[in-house]
Amino acid sequence: MRLLEVDKVTLTFRGIAALLDASFAVEEGSITSLIGPNGAGKTSMLNCISGRYRPDTGTIRLGGRELTPVAPHARTRLGLSRTFQNIALFRGLSVLDNLLVGRHARMDYGILASILYFGKARAAEDLHRRRVEEIIDFLNLSPYRHQSAGRLPYGVQKRVELGRALSAEPRLILLDEPMAGMNLEETEDMARYILDLNEEWGVTVLLVEHDMGVVMDLSDHVVVLDFGQVLAAGTPEAVQGNAAVVAAYLGSEDASFLGR
Amino acid sequence: MHGHCGLFFTSYRAEEAVFPSPVQRVWLYAFLAVYLCLPFFLNAYLVSILDLIHIAIIAAVSLNLLTGCCGQISLGHGAFLGVGAFAAGALSAAGWPFPLDMLAGGAAAALVGLFFGLPSLRLKGIYLAIATLAAQIILEYVFLHAGALTGGSNGLLVEPASLFGYAFDTDQKFFYPSLAVAAASLLAVTNIMRSRAGRAFVAIRDYYLSAEIVGVNLFAYKLKAFAVSSFMAGMAGALWAHYLMYITPEQFNIGLSISYLAMIIIGGLGSVLGSVFGAVFITVLPEVLSAVAGAAGQLFPDVSSSLLAMKQGVFGLVLVLFLIFEPEGLVHRWRLVKAYWKLYPFAH
Repeated sequence: MRLLEVDKVTLTFRGIAALLDASFAVEEGSITSLIGPNGAGKTSMLNCISGRYRPDTGTIRLGGRELTPVAPHARTRLGLSRTFQNIALFRGLSVLDNLLVGRHARMDYGILASILYFGKARAAEDLHRRRVEEIIDFLNLSPYRHQSAGRLPYGVQKRVELGRALSAEPRLILLDEPMAGMNLEETEDMARYILDLNEEWGVTVLLVEHDMGVVMDLSDHVVVLDFGQVLAAGTPEAVQGNAAVVAAYLGSEDASFLGR
Repeated sequence: MHGHCGLFFTSYRAEEAVFPSPVQRVWLYAFLAVYLCLPFFLNAYLVSILDLIHIAIIAAVSLNLLTGCCGQISLGHGAFLGVGAFAAGALSAAGWPFPLDMLAGGAAAALVGLFFGLPSLRLKGIYLAIATLAAQIILEYVFLHAGALTGGSNGLLVEPASLFGYAFDTDQKFFYPSLAVAAASLLAVTNIMRSRAGRAFVAIRDYYLSAEIVGVNLFAYKLKAFAVSSFMAGMAGALWAHYLMYITPEQFNIGLSISYLAMIIIGGLGSVLGSVFGAVFITVLPEVLSAVAGAAGQLFPDVSSSLLAMKQGVFGLVLVLFLIFEPEGLVHRWRLVKAYWKLYPFAH
């Protein structure tokens, strides 16, 4: 079943097309990667899906439901969550609170209940704390639980951001370069977390990443963007063997890089 | 808050308590017991300073919720206080009893705050500050020219607060209702900050793009921050009206707004305890400077008039020095002192 369907999406900024008739789909339960050279429109595509940008034409459907008229904050409730390319944590909040705020859309008590902090609000806080602790265990964040997020090492901050996205209990998680700036060990840890959340928690993943080794190892399906257009889509092997991708995306003499 | 030696939690609820350790609670109760008796031992002047501190605490903690926690700078907070003061004053004159007119004053201020919070949808940071400055100027104009409600430049006489026929008409008596509202405001903001709404506020302040992604409705929560904050400011204004018993538009000028900003910056942005420190500091400092200037004037009678004039300059100087040497506020210094005594006499 297709969880996410992107159909003929075009996005222009003052006449310059960032995305041009781009169509692809993400199968439920899969890890799908979106790759392409710098400026190909990968992050623009994620922004269209998450609601930061509104495409000029085309439709995006999540689980059959049209997303374009849904406000960005309301998409979280539909099962959409994401991380950012550069760290976008709430620096003043502790790791615990960062994850709890990730559950904002899953809580439903209002500000008056917040003020009284009694009965319903208290019970909800207890319940959600339990769910967040599961994620803390999963991502090995317990040593940092009460530290403020802004003071943590870079690799840990990336993990906290993944945790925040996970705590919203998404059906589809959009990861924008989760391995950027990480060393080999951290990259392998992150790859393991992505595989685990996909296999054990059943979260569908749409991944944007420049590390080709990671992309080819993790993905079930790869979509190649170039100048805002979908150049090729298919299994990692099929994409690696696609002459147009090799020529246009990596340069014809660099082909060996794809098979690292 | 975490990592006290010998303090272990067996439930999430115990860990989330405002005062998690028994020692803290004992000290708090002891402090409250002594504090509640203070009006019987201090003279009217000293108690009047405490009354003013209570009102300042309500205003400061409400502004800290809006500016320190949610990141929405407001230069109109003094005017929001004024809305509460004039609304409560007018309603009191129309025969409303005390706690009701205060709540209505809060509600009036919340509505006005909500309206002037609307630009926060599009404006951020310094631009929003200018928009709220416009709110300050517009409201001052309204106070001055809506004579039927506010008495215009003549001001408004307000009856002292009274509850079940008991009038809080002296400094000593007013101590208790003002303390009750201040304590309730502190508790309310503390509760907000440890629950869903407070986390959403800080999320908006720290990274509004991510806040949207986790499902926070930015506009709704900014307006909630404005409404709750102005509601408390309005109650502070109502107390002010009942306390001074005579309110005029110029009491709620831009200077008042700035002094509340000074309180939360000096106390510590985003901290409930910092709001208390800031309110105490900014309220007490001019009184201390007056006392010092008065004493120095006795010693040097020839320059006593210029000493009083220097008071304002010294006030400004103290604020600037504070920003240079303690930019994170008094609450940061308080944490350092606590950490020092926890380990004393060992350095690490």
